[in-house]
Amino acid sequence: MRRFEYARPRTPQEAVDLVAGSDDAAFLAGGSNLVDHLKVGIASPGVLVDVGGLGLDRVEETDGGLRIGAGVRNSDLAAHPVVRSRYAVLARSLLAGASAQIRHQATTAGNLLQRTRCVYFYDATTPCNKREPGTGCSAVDGYQRYNAILGASAACVTVHPSDLAVGLAVLDATVEVLGPDGARTLPLADLHRLPGDSPEQDTTLAHGELITAVTVPRLPEGAVSTYYKARDRASYAFALVSVAAVVAGDEVRVAWGGVAHRPWRATVLEEALRGGPLDEETVRAACLEELAPATTGPGTAFKLEMVTGATAMVLTDLAGRAR
Amino acid sequence: MPRISLTVDGSPVSGDVDVRATLLDALRERFDVTTPKKGCDHGQCGACTVLLDGRRHLTCLSLAVAHDGAEVVTAAGLGEGDELHPVAQAFLDHDGLQCGYCTPGQVCSAVGMLAEADGTPSHATDDLEAETELTDEEIRERMSGNLCRCGAYPGILAAIKEVAR
Ligand SMILES: Cc1cc2nc3c(=O)[nH]c(=O)nc-3n(C[C@H](O)[C@H](O)[C@H](O)COP(=O)(O)OP(=O)(O)OC[C@H]3O[C@@H](n4cnc5c(N)ncnc54)[C@H](O)[C@@H]3O)c2cc1C
Ligand code: SF4
Ligand code: FES
Ligand code: FES
Repeated sequence: MRRFEYARPRTPQEAVDLVAGSDDAAFLAGGSNLVDHLKVGIASPGVLVDVGGLGLDRVEETDGGLRIGAGVRNSDLAAHPVVRSRYAVLARSLLAGASAQIRHQATTAGNLLQRTRCVYFYDATTPCNKREPGTGCSAVDGYQRYNAILGASAACVTVHPSDLAVGLAVLDATVEVLGPDGARTLPLADLHRLPGDSPEQDTTLAHGELITAVTVPRLPEGAVSTYYKARDRASYAFALVSVAAVVAGDEVRVAWGGVAHRPWRATVLEEALRGGPLDEETVRAACLEELAPATTGPGTAFKLEMVTGATAMVLTDLAGRAR
Repeated sequence: MPRISLTVDGSPVSGDVDVRATLLDALRERFDVTTPKKGCDHGQCGACTVLLDGRRHLTCLSLAVAHDGAEVVTAAGLGEGDELHPVAQAFLDHDGLQCGYCTPGQVCSAVGMLAEADGTPSHATDDLEAETELTDEEIRERMSGNLCRCGAYPGILAAIKEVAR
């Protein structure tokens, strides 16, 4: 592991200045992803800027909903009384991720910005465009079980591993960012990107931009929501596919995890289901529309039925509860 | 090299550590605290679990420098004097171990789990707002971050159930 300088600034602006001022610097939050990358050699920054002392660790109720500090631990957010009572999909997406120990360590921003778990990305002896642009993608014709079926490119076929990101996608969350040019907000939907020709870029953030908070608008009165995760073990495993959903009156919102390089908001499906009945047959038909552009290989074909069945199960269940 | 101070099992320790050292390596190699074990070194097994500032936490994915001033309690620091902590005693009584390598992590994790159960739902919880009832399913889910290569899970579950009662 390369030796680095360790800095612990006191204000968000100081943290931004430290990272923006050096190509070689990176933010460190809980460290549960970045420290692993330091060990494996995926990341080798010369300066680590610890964001743990910036006071970004509060959950506030606002007029519009919730404002979640970037440094709030995943476990604290899941246990927050308002999250438990009003944002089931948020609590459940958090609780489906990692283990209790890791949720004590993982932060809101760190979770959203965690990098892929693609086995080739982790194995420095294999080609990987995300780790080393231009070397090729070992996963296209390799181990496919965790690969994307939507929005992939010839350059990269991996998926985003975060459960929280999928939960927040269906809540229409907004991300607050502080950068060298000041503060800005962006819809969470615009945070993660599809791989295209530059899979080395996971998100649309520029170097030195610090996530300070995530805001979540209030859900409509009577809304019900949940998160379902299908995985190879009952617990402590990444998603094969996952479904985050909100049903509120005529409105149906669905986001999928485990299918693309970013949380996949199923807008075609949502439009098809708006105002209609949420029975098994209708939901399956809407999934078919959403999945029309999907591409699969022998190792990923199972995801079509898995995500369809999971979505049908989740939506028919929510419809029953919304009544 | 940066200097850090910790409280480990009630005693203060301090010394210079490599800036790259994880909390696990600092504890084991620098401060001779070998209770937390290195299983995978990648956050996947739970063998390195301690109570860090009161909560169960892995030590293999944390940098030591980032935890200057922290209070660490390992499985060896849980009991009172010569008396084993009830969770550790229950592991003995129920054969919650074979080789014992995962045990310090299991015991710390179980103690942390029991302390946080009230007010924290889990993936296995049906009603997110209800009081936690530590059913077998709940205990398994809440302990899923601790693997046991020997498969002593039935004994581990029985031990934790006894203390949870
Ligand atoms: C064994 C294991 C199993 C796991 N299983 C799951 C799972 O099932 N589901 C799941 O969702 N996750 C899972 N995870 C991943 C875990 O959720 C992430 O490691 C964690 O959320 C990262 O948060 P952190 O605060 O530790 O981030 P760090 O590791 O500190 O940082 C991650 C990245 O975010 C950047 N960063 C951090 N904070 C900011 C900020 N405020 N602004 C800008 N950049 C920032 C860092 O520079 C770094 O690039 C698992 C991890 C492990 C080790
Ligand atoms: S899928 Fe993406 S992360 Fe995996 S090997 Fe290909 S380029 Fe790398
Ligand atoms: S050694 Fe830390 S989780 Fe395995
Ligand atoms: S007792 Fe051997 S690994 Fe658990």
